[in-house]
Amino acid sequence: MRDRLIFTGQFIFTLLVAAFLVVPAGLSISAGVTVNYFRGIQSGVTLQWVAQVWELYAGTILLSFVIAFATLAVTLLAGVPAAYALHARGGRLARIVEEIITLPLAIPGLAIALALLLAYGSFGDFRRSWLFILVGHVIFTMPFMVRSVMAVFATVDIKTLDEGAASLGASPWRRFRDVIVPNALPGILAGALMVVTLSLGEFNLTWMLHTPLTKTLPIGLADSYASMRLEVASAYTLIFFVMIIPLLVAMQLLADRDHKR
Amino acid sequence: MSTAGHGAAVRIEACGKTFADGTRALDPATLDIARGETLVLLGPSGCGKTTMLRIIAGLELPDVGGKVLFDGKDMTSVPIERRNVGMVFQSYALFPNMTVADNIAYGLKIRGVARGERAARVAELVALTNITGLENRRIDQLSGGQRQRVALARAVAIRPGILLLDEPLTALDAALRDRLRSELNRLLRALGITTIYVTHDQAEAMELGDRIVVMRKGAIAQIGTPREVYFAPKDRFVAEFIGAANIVEAPVENGVLILPGGRLPIECGATTANATVMIRPETIRVTEAGEGILSGIVDSVSFIGDRQRLVVSDASSKPLNVDAPNTIQARIGDRIGLSIAPDAVRLLPSEPRD
Repeated sequence: MRDRLIFTGQFIFTLLVAAFLVVPAGLSISAGVTVNYFRGIQSGVTLQWVAQVWELYAGTILLSFVIAFATLAVTLLAGVPAAYALHARGGRLARIVEEIITLPLAIPGLAIALALLLAYGSFGDFRRSWLFILVGHVIFTMPFMVRSVMAVFATVDIKTLDEGAASLGASPWRRFRDVIVPNALPGILAGALMVVTLSLGEFNLTWMLHTPLTKTLPIGLADSYASMRLEVASAYTLIFFVMIIPLLVAMQLLADRDHKR
Repeated sequence: MSTAGHGAAVRIEACGKTFADGTRALDPATLDIARGETLVLLGPSGCGKTTMLRIIAGLELPDVGGKVLFDGKDMTSVPIERRNVGMVFQSYALFPNMTVADNIAYGLKIRGVARGERAARVAELVALTNITGLENRRIDQLSGGQRQRVALARAVAIRPGILLLDEPLTALDAALRDRLRSELNRLLRALGITTIYVTHDQAEAMELGDRIVVMRKGAIAQIGTPREVYFAPKDRFVAEFIGAANIVEAPVENGVLILPGGRLPIECGATTANATVMIRPETIRVTEAGEGILSGIVDSVSFIGDRQRLVVSDASSKPLNVDAPNTIQARIGDRIGLSIAPDAVRLLPSEPRD
């Protein structure tokens, strides 16, 4: 009886906390499909705001995806070999490099953006292109890729597997392709989803680095909050949800699959 | 068998290894391994045996001046992937992303062997190592013993010139280890490949080795056949590391060892105030009290089954371990006689104790 009471109490508390977190998201989404938010849902349900957002901001959504996948490509091409090199080499130097790669996690995005602007702001064409934002995103997301790949390397004893493949005659490239990448795959996938998700949602850095012609989705969101009807901004949030939630679910499924193995 | 009778002769010349942090893992050592020979590197952990194996494999570079030669050809700067060595690692290093068959065939695939020929070779090795039926299993579905066999099959699939085994049985439990040891022995003899085998287990070394290299603290303590290192250990460390040994320190007078329990004639022995000798427990024969050469008191009796181990005090300065037949009736406190043949007593060089 007493256990039941305790359980019920905990359950209700959990529900309340969850509601506290979920209600704002629900309200925001519902606002995006309401004809007039101040009159409430009885004013009618509409997709006109969603359509309007699409009309005004389709470019920012597209650019966000371009940047997210370009960021992914760079972190894969540079991050996976870097993680392997850091793991294989070991020692103090590798630790220092790892710390440096991780540093952007601790530094405010604004500060990184400012440093990039100071250093490369005067290269006009580069400054005006989306590649400038890409650089910021790569700096910000690289530690997630490197760390999650290194975490896998630490559990599968990749060094001995590498030596095993070498003893069978495989060149360094073959070893990387046949043994190292396949065995690091769970970490690479987890890292990749993290990188794409973070890049799509990144605001701090991007806000400093963007130009009127290189707006990403979160920048467009801020823009619409500042200058549009509340319903339009909320519809924008809705679109963002629709894009980001499948990625989060995929990430979760992947993590589950790893645990089972 | 198609794999029989190949192998390279190995020579390492003045190969030492000092790691980047300054620790000396291996003193410069020179060693010749004949074609087709099975050489065991034996010693306690940290004695440099694995380092020596890794230098031969090409996983470590020897310090400047060291050389590794296969069939007289200098391989020192050739990386492992071009040395054509088969290697079995202590952790097996099987690829978790491949099936058993793919693991075994990997080296052949790298060498560009055609698919059909690869399959035939895999079938041959699966039969040879008794893992038929496991070809399509994933590595994490195998037991320890099965993994060990796959690792061995994979290493010999490429018809290596030299087979290198780094403590291949250490990860297994005792009963399985004994069974696989004799299986491995049969297999290595059948393959006739030059084999270098690292272990800290003297029973493995005895059974598998044509010759044993006993190592200690980065240096070679003795090289010899199993019989040589057992019966004629060069020093106290080898005597105590291989098998059980009574190490006795006593004065010698005209070829007779003077012990508290009696005077023991030995084969060689100029007069000296303090000689160190080794007596194996199984060379000591138990007799009635008053007979025999030495006299002592039974301190403890451990019945092992095929024999019993007595500890006898008063015969020597230190209690002696004696392996007696399991039929002898001995009780603690009994006075017994011991007889030892002169040639069973081995004089060791005296050395500072450590």
